Amino acid sequence: MTNKIKIKIDGKEIITDQGKTIVEAAHENGIFIPTLCNFAGALPKGCCRMCTIKINNRFMTSCTTPAAHGMEVENNTNEINDFRKGIIELLFVSGNHFCPSCEKSGNCELQALAYRYQMMVPRFPYDFPMKSVDGSSPYIIKDQNRCILCKRCIKTIKDDQGRHYFAFKERGHKLEVLLDDKMGKEISSALAKKAMENCPVGSIIFKEVGFEVPIGQRKYDHKPIGSEIEN
Amino acid sequence: MEKKIIATTSLAGCFGCHMSVLDIDERILDLIELVEFNKSPVDDIKTFTKPVDIGIIEGGCCNSENVEVLRSFRKNCKILISLGECAIMGGLPALRNGIPIEECLNEAYINGPTVGLNTQHILPNDDELPMLLDKVYPCHEIVKIDYYLPGCPPRADLIWEALVALITGSKLDLPYEVIKFD
Repeated sequence: MTNKIKIKIDGKEIITDQGKTIVEAAHENGIFIPTLCNFAGALPKGCCRMCTIKINNRFMTSCTTPAAHGMEVENNTNEINDFRKGIIELLFVSGNHFCPSCEKSGNCELQALAYRYQMMVPRFPYDFPMKSVDGSSPYIIKDQNRCILCKRCIKTIKDDQGRHYFAFKERGHKLEVLLDDKMGKEISSALAKKAMENCPVGSIIFKEVGFEVPIGQRKYDHKPIGSEIEN
Repeated sequence: MEKKIIATTSLAGCFGCHMSVLDIDERILDLIELVEFNKSPVDDIKTFTKPVDIGIIEGGCCNSENVEVLRSFRKNCKILISLGECAIMGGLPALRNGIPIEECLNEAYINGPTVGLNTQHILPNDDELPMLLDKVYPCHEIVKIDYYLPGCPPRADLIWEALVALITGSKLDLPYEVIKFD
């Protein structure tokens, strides 16, 4: 039997199992903490910083911090929400996110978070970097313009021998997630579809089908991201 | 209440945002009670004839004429609103932003598959033509913009609610569905 522990999030006491991360504990108890790079079933990485919370007046990432008994967490405060909005804005200006022409629009987690935090315009100047698009795979288009380097595709899309289809290339501002040349040509259509689903933005697009779900019926058309968690 | 004066323009846009204003349907009759249009494609007034309260900008800046018009709006309007994705972030015209301007022009007028009639390989060079900018700029990177209404096009309800709130001073409480980037 696992040990039960108590933590407080924004003053609300919740009970969770020892060993769970704060984000897991919060979501199980109907409290929304926004995430982008975190993905259920994959090891947390804590690189996007969307799930930032405050414990003991220190900023921490809730996807990598295990809940500990007696912890008092600040989550839904003006300061933290503005910090999160700032991260969303930075992601928007550092890539080329043309929502009107993107197939993932309406199902995109980055866009949905921007809606939730009411981003009307980023506070930073647009970068408009020159990025490449790789369409060499029969089933996948890998668009670097929209990639937010969350690593979710690297962590979750593997073949039966555990080999990764996607990998990091270069470092720093040149960093890109690439689809392996050879493996990309052999990827199955089912796995390619899964890659598109697992991508939080429109950087991995499944070929041959486009704009399947009409505007008005997409995932985030009527309800904000996180409303499925909140109670 | 005195009518507020409104001016609108479409810079590097497609007029879709102006079309979306028409989507307020019969509320346009209420709008006319609240506002009077000055320089705008809606009434075809070409120059500012009086000081304007609210200037509405559709589209970003892709050439020197856009910049000039935008600056004249800033000069003549008390409040400026960026309407739609193109005004806010450059929009689809800004897809060219990663590509050098020379490459764009060559593709459009010299090397592209549909330029057969341009046998002398001339780039547009008349003095009357505005100069293209190196890239498409969001309006707020050229002048100060006071409010932003996103969408492609912005929903008619968003435009309506925002304008009424701005004109009457009432509180703006927008439903989730009206703020969209597409």
